[in-house]
Amino acid sequence: MDFRLTGDQRALRSGVRELLAGRFGRDALRAAVDREGTVDRELWRQLGEAGFFALRLPEAEGGVGLGLPEAVLAFEEAGRALLNGPLVATHLAAGIVPGAAEGGTVVTCATQLRGHIPHFADADVALVLYDRSWRVRYPKDLPSARAVRSMDPLTPVHRSSPDIPTAPPHPDGTLLTAAEQLGSAARTTEAAVQYAKERQQFGQPVGGFQAVKHLCAQMLVRTEVARSAVYAAAVTGDLTEIAGAKLLADEAAVRNARDCLQVYGGMGFTWEADVHLHLKRAWLRAQMWLTAAESEEIQADALASAL
Amino acid sequence: MDLTYTEEEEAFRARLRAWLAVSLPELPPKPDPLDWPGRRAYDTAWQRMLYDAGYAGLHWPVDAGGQGATPTQHLIYLEETERAGAPYVGANFVGLLHAGPTIAAEGTAEQRARWLPPVLRGDEVWCQGFSEPDAGSDLASLRTKAVRDGDSYVISGAKIWTSHAEVADWCELLVRTDPGAPKHRGISWLAMPMDAPGVTVRPLRTLAGSAEFAEMFLDEVRVPVANRVGEENDGWRVTMVTLSFERGTAFVGEVVACRRTLGELARTARRNGRWDDPVLRRRLGRLNAEFSALWRLTQWNVSESQSTGGVPGIGGSVFKLRYSHARQELYEAAAEVLGPDAVDLDHEWTADRLSSLSYTIAAGTSQIQQNIVAERILGLPKGR
Ligand SMILES: Cc1cc2nc3c(=O)[nH]c(=O)nc-3n(C[C@H](O)[C@H](O)[C@H](O)COP(=O)(O)OP(=O)(O)OC[C@H]3O[C@@H](n4cnc5c(N)ncnc54)[C@H](O)[C@@H]3O)c2cc1C
Repeated sequence: MDFRLTGDQRALRSGVRELLAGRFGRDALRAAVDREGTVDRELWRQLGEAGFFALRLPEAEGGVGLGLPEAVLAFEEAGRALLNGPLVATHLAAGIVPGAAEGGTVVTCATQLRGHIPHFADADVALVLYDRSWRVRYPKDLPSARAVRSMDPLTPVHRSSPDIPTAPPHPDGTLLTAAEQLGSAARTTEAAVQYAKERQQFGQPVGGFQAVKHLCAQMLVRTEVARSAVYAAAVTGDLTEIAGAKLLADEAAVRNARDCLQVYGGMGFTWEADVHLHLKRAWLRAQMWLTAAESEEIQADALASAL
Repeated sequence: MDLTYTEEEEAFRARLRAWLAVSLPELPPKPDPLDWPGRRAYDTAWQRMLYDAGYAGLHWPVDAGGQGATPTQHLIYLEETERAGAPYVGANFVGLLHAGPTIAAEGTAEQRARWLPPVLRGDEVWCQGFSEPDAGSDLASLRTKAVRDGDSYVISGAKIWTSHAEVADWCELLVRTDPGAPKHRGISWLAMPMDAPGVTVRPLRTLAGSAEFAEMFLDEVRVPVANRVGEENDGWRVTMVTLSFERGTAFVGEVVACRRTLGELARTARRNGRWDDPVLRRRLGRLNAEFSALWRLTQWNVSESQSTGGVPGIGGSVFKLRYSHARQELYEAAAEVLGPDAVDLDHEWTADRLSSLSYTIAAGTSQIQQNIVAERILGLPKGR
């Protein structure tokens, strides 16, 4: 047993980080906000070329042939960068929907957000992802879908047609969403710490005040606990562990974004600071696939069935 | 990221499991939790059994008398002993989990030969004399003084909260050897025999009603200079080694115990109908996720420590912070499951609920751990 990342995994992580830093830095992020979160097709194709969507597709089918742990590392980086678009759904559609693996097709999922479809207007296809498989696909012109005003400026949302069936959460989709939450939680911790070292009040950096330090320390603790859960679930693929990972990663992303906002003070309440983008996205992802209540029930079932 | 065990590791697990199955029934009956002499006898007898079977000091280095087991084998040991319901280290806590490892890391060859084998055999029990009435969190402000007289130190002062001092043979003692130096510089780390003239132990009653810790008065106690571990006035550095062991690995086995307790809570709740309460059920569910994650975090920390030569990193503070609160939550949930039975002090979970209150205080309070995480991991400035 050696839980640490392998050399290849570290290289993959820094590769994705560099790609996103170059292609989706602060300006690109803000441009995406100004576009109200619509997908940048050119970036989508570049992600496809880099193997982001085909990461787990077998090499024989033109994929990279890696596993869930590697996908988790890549999605953690996407979460850090606040990269927008239906990343998880398109990744899951690689090998199912032509063009998804290469980034030529934008695929969303119609059953991850209970009656709402993210990025519906941009998507070429909306899949109903059912448990570990998929059932139905819808063209983008599903007649009864209606745009709602999304709280998250990076995620446009449609209210979907009532005849879309509900489906049990897709385990890999759930875990990759948890990985994005983890990346966001780590990023807001870093942002809070950096701000606390620079911002001065009472003649010293605010990070010297214990009330601020303790907020930051708890942010790190939440991140590391969530990280252990998410990475372990990626290795075992166990459904109960995936539900636990989602629960802890949701909590880490939401609470850390809130604490980061607090550390930023009045600056945190502005549109200008990126904190609100993390918080809004974290709130949205917390509604996806598995809610806290559902995850807790799954955990309780696991306890009861182990008796 | 690899969570699988090798064939060798699985063979180790199978051997240990088989040994536990035949050995545990030979143990004497469990002593009353309030009876410390009884607990010492029980805990040291268990240690002796481990020693005879070649499991003592599993994770200690071979040249310190240990088995030189890999960190992974140590985790397997913790899992299996917990699963089998084997006794916890108990009175051997300080000797096995931090005084011993500190002597192994910092002591001379003679010091290792003198002190380590009796700890492994269960012949000698240690306690920790760090805290003082006016020096708890601010440990470096300790005042117990040691004055050199020939080849002895003459020690006067008072220690407090010394766990199981009553039944200990040795004390890892922090003393001030240079009153003129800045507070972190004038400290030394000594091994003090508890039967030395001038040592008075007065038990303190805990909120749980037991006497598991004590005050210790030191009145011109003579301790040979040869009992000093590390250089004179370099005791703070040695102390940091001790504390990293205390915070880094000492609580790990308990996570497995908490998971078992959680399963028992679910069983009880199903029996007494409390399981139908969705609020309680979900609360137990959340705790299940919490303790699973803490076990994974342990595996992460243990894997990381492979690159730091076995001395646990400050990641231990991250673990201790979360674990101590989770443990308190666990016993709050237990009280909900028990309902009115939670008032019964003879119920194991009621006693554990009381003792869980110490987890956010002992071995560095949560506030101090948060300072450590913020300053030493996150690099925030030291301040007020
Ligand atoms: C069950 C138990 C067993 C113990 N066993 C031993 C033992 O065997 N040997 C031993 O040497 N000691 C032992 N201790 C002592 C333990 O290490 C101390 O109690 C602990 O370090 C806290 O010190 P204190 O009690 O003096 O609290 P104080 O330091 O007086 O703290 C009081 C409060 O102030 C807070 N505080 C203090 N300083 C700061 C700061 N800088 N920033 C923010 N908050 C702060 C604390 O968090 C706490 O809430 C034991 C304690 C317990 C409860």
